[in-house]
Amino acid sequence: MEIITQPWPWYIAGPVIALIMFLLFYFGEHFGVSSNLETFCSIGGAGKFTNYFKIDWKQNIWNLIFIAGAIVGGFISAQWLSSTDSIALNPQTVQDLADIGIQNAGASYLPDKIFSIETMLSFKGFLVLLIAGIMVGFGARWAGGCTSGHAIVGLSNLEIPSLISVIGFFIGGLLMTWFILPLIF
Amino acid sequence: MKHIKFFLVGVLFGIVMSKAEIISWYRIYEMFKFQSFHMYGIIGSAVFLGMFSMFFFRKKIIKTFEGNDIHIAPKKKGMYRNLLGGILFGLGWVLAGACPGPMFVLVGKGIVSILVVIFGATFGAFLYGVFKDKLPH
Repeated sequence: MEIITQPWPWYIAGPVIALIMFLLFYFGEHFGVSSNLETFCSIGGAGKFTNYFKIDWKQNIWNLIFIAGAIVGGFISAQWLSSTDSIALNPQTVQDLADIGIQNAGASYLPDKIFSIETMLSFKGFLVLLIAGIMVGFGARWAGGCTSGHAIVGLSNLEIPSLISVIGFFIGGLLMTWFILPLIF
Repeated sequence: MKHIKFFLVGVLFGIVMSKAEIISWYRIYEMFKFQSFHMYGIIGSAVFLGMFSMFFFRKKIIKTFEGNDIHIAPKKKGMYRNLLGGILFGLGWVLAGACPGPMFVLVGKGIVSILVVIFGATFGAFLYGVFKDKLPH
């Protein structure tokens, strides 16, 4: 049990993700989380604004059930499978974050400076969460996939469009990490 | 009931995302600072093993549990779409510290504020649908 409650190393997590992708294809579907965002739009009536969302979303129910499972998995993991909530970060990362105004990095999974209820209820905090989400959703659908569809499935399938997208993910990620985050906090 | 298998695979997904700390904002930042091998090891080993799955699927050596061929839908081509969409996604990925999968896992962990991010992501997908024809692809 102790092996399970400790943080899982990369060489367990990577193969488990590969297994998840295998199972989804074996069950006749595919692996791609961000398409659920479009399904939400279709269910919410976005087809009234553009034909893009006029799809038969019922064929995507399996994927909604998959993310429902992911929510339950997150709950199970937090409730019963975790002995600690702290993250063993590189000490240099902790120092770098302190330098840009994010203290106690790694004390829990997420920085309070972005995710605490107080931050969420502040104007700037709310805007940061909302804009971050908009960039993820808009970017993923423009690129035609996110980390699951492009980085895992697309790269595994040796797809050039996915390689270009993943290079894009990295350009954006590096810009945010090195140049934009220090300006925000 | 035929959907219960997707639920169970989703539960496994939620557990591995959480236990391997992939849902941690800090792990994403650390990756882009090149200060840890953790995330590279996860993505790299998943892709390496995934290549074998894809090979067996393409060669029709492995079929679905119902015996059908497995088709892997090709990704849409287009330099602008993939690069610009990718960059925008990357910016959001670091700021939110979560890509779409982990966002849902964080709901299960009880993080209320991630709902704002999920709302934003859904709204972002909506905006893409509305402005799609005006964007380069």
